[in-house]
Amino acid sequence: MQRRLSTWLLLAPAGLWFAVMLVLPLCFVVVFSFGERAAAGGYVPAFTFAQYANLPARAAAFKNTLMLAPLGTILSLLIAYPLAYFLAMQADPKWRTLLLILVIVPFWTSILIRSYAWIFILGGQGLPAVIDWLGFGQVRLINTPFAVLTGIVYGYLPLMVLPVYVSLERLDKRLLEASADLGAPPLRSFLQVTLPLSLPGVATGCMLVFILLMGEFLIPAMLGGGKVFFIGNALVDLFLQSRNWAFGAAVAVTLVVIMLVTVSLYMWLMRRMGGVRDDVALM
Amino acid sequence: MQSQFDSGAKDQKANRPLVAEFRAATKRYGTVLAADALSFGIGKGEFLSFLGPSGCGKTTALRMLAGFETPTSGEVYLDGERVTDVPAYRRPVNMVFQHYALFPHMTVAQNISYGLMQHRPRPDRADVARKVDRALDMVRLSGFGPRRIWEMSGGQQQRVALARAIVNEPKVLLLDEPLAALDRKLRREMQIELQTLQRQLGITFVLVTHDQEEALSMSDRICIMRGGRIVQSGSPNALYDQPISRYVADFVGKSNFIDGRLTALSATEGQIETPVGQRFAGRVSGALPLGSKAVLSIRPEQIDLAKSARTGAEAVTVINRIFLGEHTEYLVRHASLGDLLVLVARQAEASAGSFAPGDAGFISWAPETGLILPQD
Repeated sequence: MQRRLSTWLLLAPAGLWFAVMLVLPLCFVVVFSFGERAAAGGYVPAFTFAQYANLPARAAAFKNTLMLAPLGTILSLLIAYPLAYFLAMQADPKWRTLLLILVIVPFWTSILIRSYAWIFILGGQGLPAVIDWLGFGQVRLINTPFAVLTGIVYGYLPLMVLPVYVSLERLDKRLLEASADLGAPPLRSFLQVTLPLSLPGVATGCMLVFILLMGEFLIPAMLGGGKVFFIGNALVDLFLQSRNWAFGAAVAVTLVVIMLVTVSLYMWLMRRMGGVRDDVALM
Repeated sequence: MQSQFDSGAKDQKANRPLVAEFRAATKRYGTVLAADALSFGIGKGEFLSFLGPSGCGKTTALRMLAGFETPTSGEVYLDGERVTDVPAYRRPVNMVFQHYALFPHMTVAQNISYGLMQHRPRPDRADVARKVDRALDMVRLSGFGPRRIWEMSGGQQQRVALARAIVNEPKVLLLDEPLAALDRKLRREMQIELQTLQRQLGITFVLVTHDQEEALSMSDRICIMRGGRIVQSGSPNALYDQPISRYVADFVGKSNFIDGRLTALSATEGQIETPVGQRFAGRVSGALPLGSKAVLSIRPEQIDLAKSARTGAEAVTVINRIFLGEHTEYLVRHASLGDLLVLVARQAEASAGSFAPGDAGFISWAPETGLILPQD
């Protein structure tokens, strides 16, 4: 009895935080999503599916998010995996810590400032000017999906590198010797041993990046110039500018549902790969 | 019972063609010499062990044979072919790793078939399944194929590792301290099983171990290693009876050592004199010039412990008695020789009576059982 009480007391702060800061607001959002916009903006109680029926009005935001978030995740992975592989398997242990710190260093500066830098790099006076000078003609980079994608991959790369690095670093290198000993050349050893055993890290990295990308609004706002906007931008617009809380809530609920489905899929996949009992990490 | 087999078997093995050979194979890590011009041959079907403490170079030797290390200089031959620079995945040898290194994301059967599946063109699935089943049978794990690795106990994992290696019918099976992680009883079982398996398959086994009992009980031949060199190699019996140095005598079996100086030397007999002037005769083994520092080695079972003095017997006090079943091990203290181990067989103790700590006794040994050896 005593023990149960102390367990509950220890859990109470987290539970309270969870209930007040997460469950309660979410309930509000769900309730709002069935309401209507007040004449002066805000919310009037109602029970209507009108907001959900109106979702196609924001189809572009959903389309952009649902295309660029997975694409950004995949691109991040394609760039992060070789980097993490190098750090974990090839880099001189003397330099490893320093190199890892270098991966994290960008986090020391606000993404806002770093995105500004990209505005200049991709802007008319930046890369396009160089391309033009080299004689490849005039290209427009800023305020395109390409610019948003570049910003996304740049900003989220460390979040992908770290989990993949951890899973590769934890990999028992003797398994690779065993694989070679049994006749597998290096590439096949990688495909049959290293890659499958690093999948938990890959899945974790993809999940981290994907979930955060689904809610991203800063990078599209700055590098997309209002032309390439995400669900996040739609939400900012609906809640803060047009003050259509009910519609904003419906968009938000839809986003949450999409994320829930994705995370469930992820959990299911992880369980299927569950052979590696010790390595199933949700991190 | 072993000795009946031995002499015959030894003659046979001496004429065996070599399946692997090291020619002055040297491995240097920075300033550390892990293998110092190793030259030796391994006969087909032989069970060879490398025995020595950690850092003696035994693992390096094994890894050069497996292809995980390339010698800094010298050559390695496998089946008559020079393989010095051939990578591990192209060598017809397989290793049982110390901690098994089984693939955690695969089933037992997938682990065992891994080597077979690396052949190109891909082998016939039914054929692979048949070979895997046979390998599982051989290590007494029939029906465990679909299990996950982490569902297997340590002893079972050891067998899976063994099956994963032998299923490929390697020219040489390399075993890197394969039994180190098992408990004593299981280890004993696996020793017998390994020996049986080796006889059944006729595959050459090369074992690396620091456990002398393991090496002595299983091997046809043992290479005692130290500082990257082979100090002495020979059959377990030969190493036990004819060690050429104190290091070998100390590493193979237990022994008592009496320090002194060689004061008399004939063809094979000699005499050492201890610092306090006692003289003991013994057979001389190894190269020893007259007057050099030497050590007299006497195996504990060669010493006779009696209650009454005989000519040439030394008075001792019993310090400790350990009952080992068939034998009793006594630790006795001599005024000038220090502490000595004496192993008394059960029958001998039954007839002569046992000693308790504090009892006085007299030790003696036949001079020919003492071996005079170089100091190290």
